[in-house]
Amino acid sequence: MLGRTPFMTFLTYAVLIAGVALVALPVWVTFVASTQTLDQVLATPMSLLPGDRLLANYAEVLSAGAGNTTAPVARMLFNSLVMALAIALGKIAISLLSAFALVYFRFRLRQTAFWLVFVTLMLPVEVRIMPTYQVMADLGLIDTYAGLTLPLIASATATFLFRQFFMTVPDELAEAAKIDGAGPMRFFWHVLLPLSSTSIAALFVIQFVYGWNQYLWPLLVTTQESMYPVVIGIKRMIAGGDAATEWPLVMATAMLAMLPPVAVVVLAQKWFIKGLVESDK
Amino acid sequence: MFFYWPAAEALFQSVFIQDPFGASREFVGLENFRELFGDPLYLDSFRITAVFSVAVTAIGLALSLALAYFADRAIRGALLFRTLLIVPYAVAPAIAGVLWMFLFNPTLGIVAHWLGAMGVAWNHVLDGTQAMILVVVAAVWKQISYNFVFFLAGLQSIPKSLIEAAAIDGAGAWRTFRSVIFPLLSPTTFFLLVINVVYAFIETFAIIDAATGGGPAKATEVLVYKVYNDGFKGLDIGSSAAQSVVLIVILLVLTFVQFRYVERRVRY
Repeated sequence: MLGRTPFMTFLTYAVLIAGVALVALPVWVTFVASTQTLDQVLATPMSLLPGDRLLANYAEVLSAGAGNTTAPVARMLFNSLVMALAIALGKIAISLLSAFALVYFRFRLRQTAFWLVFVTLMLPVEVRIMPTYQVMADLGLIDTYAGLTLPLIASATATFLFRQFFMTVPDELAEAAKIDGAGPMRFFWHVLLPLSSTSIAALFVIQFVYGWNQYLWPLLVTTQESMYPVVIGIKRMIAGGDAATEWPLVMATAMLAMLPPVAVVVLAQKWFIKGLVESDK
Repeated sequence: MFFYWPAAEALFQSVFIQDPFGASREFVGLENFRELFGDPLYLDSFRITAVFSVAVTAIGLALSLALAYFADRAIRGALLFRTLLIVPYAVAPAIAGVLWMFLFNPTLGIVAHWLGAMGVAWNHVLDGTQAMILVVVAAVWKQISYNFVFFLAGLQSIPKSLIEAAAIDGAGAWRTFRSVIFPLLSPTTFFLLVINVVYAFIETFAIIDAATGGGPAKATEVLVYKVYNDGFKGLDIGSSAAQSVVLIVILLVLTFVQFRYVERRVRY
């Protein structure tokens, strides 16, 4: 085989270790800062070894919040969790059904419906914030979980993915179900759903991370601190300028905010990669 | 409904001038657009976006291709390296912005301290170029995992026999990479190119907001950021809506280009 020379092996390790160091540096520094006292963080240069305030800092942010925000981080984590789960599950449910309709039913304007759905792929929430905000305000959904999640659920990525998948399911299965006397919904529940379980799992991982990490939309649609997701909470904590920022507490919050999506991605790595590669291609 | 209604509203609003309290509006036709393209700040924002996207895309793709190439080699610990490299994907963009802002913080950031020791006076709060570097670094960091996963998948789909054939023909590692692997990866690369440009255009909003807030003096105010700033902070709703429309058009063009080329992309 190629490149089994000691030099190539050395180069491989060197590049990979450098890459991992680059990727891990911010996370490590954050972790270290979250375990120190404010004075230790403010010392230049700060030490790169963890301090002894690990439990104290985390307990403080979880129950009391930090800096300019008074809402406890535990509450924000809960908001994030609700948002991430609602977006992931809502999106999967809606797109399974609409893909099912698009593939298995013939109705007028089917092609038009497909294109209407398809075009939405190209326009993420960020480019249509202002108008979307107006719509949600008109509907009175500011500061509600519905307002947080609905506009993010309405997108076509997943519909497209399931449509592609359903088209690979052989027609014989649908015919066999029909002969056995199963109605369309029964076919959907007992044949299509089990077949697409791995796609659903993969999509769930991607959408959970997506929902958890939303920033712009929650920033606009939430006005009360008790409705902030944790990502917004962090930004609010440091808004007051350098001197007033309690960095160890902010960093502890950052660690807490990173933990759930990172855990999901690392633990479900196989599905994650599958979901990523398939949902975008 | 949550999609077309807003899009229609954007078009609708972009032809009006509305006062900040929504009390009155006046039909002005394409006036908002004409004003927009005559506005030096808006054209500047275009330039900033271009610089930012090119930097993020080029650096991000090059780095992650190198990492994927080496992670694809059969070595001990490869799985560990791969796992660590996909972590940034799960980190929220806003948090990535905060982390890098902390590292580069002029008074207490550790990287700023190292740079200071090397004789570079780092202060991205004052220096627009440095602020740009900061957001590019944060954006690239965030996007590496994504590119990495795709390049790795692309590399693994290249038949081993081709690489062995190149080795038998006497090609070294670099030659093999340049003449065999890289051309075979071109569909992946092209796909990632488009995705990364879109990413730099749209999804970096949170990074920029958290790291620099568009400043100093609008040095990192990309187009998406300006839509938000003018609409929600400046309350110039007509102009913001017109900017939304421009962005939507740019994205449609990019996606169209992508689909044209994906259809007749290089096959092997």
